[in-house]
Amino acid sequence: MRIRRRDFLKGVVSGTALTVLGRPELAAAAHRGRRDTPGALGILYDATLCIGCQSCVVACKKANDMPPEHSGSEGIWDNPRNLSASTMNIIKKYQHGDGRQKDDSNGYSFVKRQCMHCLEPSCVSACPVSALTKDEETGLVRYNKDNCIGCRYCQVACPFNIPKFEWDSPTPEIVKCQLCSHLLEKGGISACCSFCPTGASLFGPVSELLREANRRLHMEPGESYEFPVADISGRTPSQVQVHKAGTYVSHIYGEHEVGGTQVLYMAGVPFEKLGFPELPDESYAMISDGIQYAIYKGMIYPVAVLGGLLYMVSKRSGGDKGEK
Amino acid sequence: MNEAKPIGGKIWTMPFLFLTAIVILAVFFLAERFLFGLGSVTNMNDSYPWGIWIAYDVVIGTAFACGGYSMALLVYVFNKGEYHPLVRPALLASLFGYTLAGVSVIFDIGRYWQAYNIMIPSKMNFHSVLLEVALCIGTYVLVLWVEFAPAVLEKVRAERQLAKLNKVIFVFIALGVLLPSMHQSSLGTMMLAAGHKLSPLWWSKSLPMLFLISAMTIGYAVVVFESTVAALAFKRPLETGMLSKLSGLIPWLLGGYLLVRLQDINGAGLLPLAFSGGLQGNMFLLENLLLLGALLLLIYPINRSSPRMLFIAALLIMAGGGLYRLNVYLIGYDPGTGFHYFPSAPELLVTFALIAVEIMGYTWFVKRFPVLPAVKHA
Repeated sequence: MRIRRRDFLKGVVSGTALTVLGRPELAAAAHRGRRDTPGALGILYDATLCIGCQSCVVACKKANDMPPEHSGSEGIWDNPRNLSASTMNIIKKYQHGDGRQKDDSNGYSFVKRQCMHCLEPSCVSACPVSALTKDEETGLVRYNKDNCIGCRYCQVACPFNIPKFEWDSPTPEIVKCQLCSHLLEKGGISACCSFCPTGASLFGPVSELLREANRRLHMEPGESYEFPVADISGRTPSQVQVHKAGTYVSHIYGEHEVGGTQVLYMAGVPFEKLGFPELPDESYAMISDGIQYAIYKGMIYPVAVLGGLLYMVSKRSGGDKGEK
Repeated sequence: MNEAKPIGGKIWTMPFLFLTAIVILAVFFLAERFLFGLGSVTNMNDSYPWGIWIAYDVVIGTAFACGGYSMALLVYVFNKGEYHPLVRPALLASLFGYTLAGVSVIFDIGRYWQAYNIMIPSKMNFHSVLLEVALCIGTYVLVLWVEFAPAVLEKVRAERQLAKLNKVIFVFIALGVLLPSMHQSSLGTMMLAAGHKLSPLWWSKSLPMLFLISAMTIGYAVVVFESTVAALAFKRPLETGMLSKLSGLIPWLLGGYLLVRLQDINGAGLLPLAFSGGLQGNMFLLENLLLLGALLLLIYPINRSSPRMLFIAALLIMAGGGLYRLNVYLIGYDPGTGFHYFPSAPELLVTFALIAVEIMGYTWFVKRFPVLPAVKHA
């Protein structure tokens, strides 16, 4: 009996050690996406092509039936200052130094902010009730309010601070870009891309967007090249414009960050200046997922520990009665 | 087993009335929250989606409710039957702490009417740390009520039911040790997902282990705290003998905890950040100094036999351990958007009201039910 108890204690100790140290490499997360599947869709945003016209902001609001936001004193125009529960897509401006040269660290740059549609989304991993899911075909991160309990763990978990919450509603929902999934279902493309006049927001299969981004990185700055506009998925008629290639920082943001994203960024200004955090290649969600999965996979450890506890406690409480 | 007795006495004392007033005020603000949304009463925002209703009511509140867990671990797993008289009052405090943490979640979540979704298998996301925490805490609340049920059954003299319950109660005691081990560590795992938004002074793969050890340590500290306060408030003899023996455990736990913490910070080269003088650095230092203070007090047996020193050490542990959790969930958390968070007055009031209900519930139970050990008059 003594020996059995000691063995059990050893089991508890090693089980606990595993519990608390974690073994992320054991994880095999089901919702991990792949960008090389042909169905994976996304956006390539090229800040050097963006003229800051806000067409995408207007088109997004119209396509998704979002209310205007007044930040000015007159309250006339829809001029959101940040992403919010009424704004899922926004163009912001970075300005520094004399602010005259476009796409220069000492000048200015536009930048689009919206959901990145991560390959290994933290929000999807965090959500206890599968209200946020990664679409099996398109890889887009979608929201289902009928599942959502409003816990806001997705907001805590998102490395880009994208999901927003309706703080002033008694029946609040989480709001974030779903890449116009309702338009995609009808064979269309996301509103922001179809209304972008310069091709700064380009819709397409992620693998092709990545190829296009790499092509641009190899362009000679100042030389003229053909740039596809709106869509390279073939869903809508292809258009091309000729632009002079910008001077890019040699980094495609979203190619590797937190495991990669389906919305990719190119710019002439370093990304941290445009408000993008420097992130590791491994998704934080995968780390906590891994620990969680290692402990609870098949509930083997918890059940084993419970078995040991049942044995010990039944002996103890029996002993108690004996003492009386 | 039947050494516990109700202590009797008046329920509606002045402090009890005062606490009731706080609760009534809080109900008013909660009505506003349910009618007009969370933004109308709280200062939470899209940058700080979790405020004190999560950080205090759930994360710190359940740690302060770990007395029952820590005592069960000691008595039933490590076979220290001599501490049995401390179990029932500890369980009662845990019962209220955990039940109210569960209730506060309903105030906090936006779509509370769909809360049952966490119990629908087709909707459960088994990758979610929060799912595990929610199911575990929910189950543990039930387990605590069953573990405490003998006190109620003894009171109403339901001897047949009591006998039946005593036959199966070992299952609930075992669950009562397993479940907190699971969700207390997971409360730490939960903030791993925050990644770069949580300061490296707190973000570490040791979060689950540190949360588990600190929960146990706080559990023992709370038993000392609660026993001492109950003795003073109800004019009963102090249980110093038992408490000083019990607190011989604490230096081991605290020492282990602080070693892991120091190794984490030093190994990552973060000591300069800790001494950089900012709010986060200072809070890090304060949190660890409080715990170190408790450790230094309790390693001396002479202090462990002094009720005053024991009480001070318990307060230091609760403050330091509580601050650690507050730091992980709020002070160390900065999404870098330029927004800040400080709880609004109504938000604080709701948290105070929950604490008030805990105190009122505990007092009512010990006065009317057999919870505290009977005092032997010489």
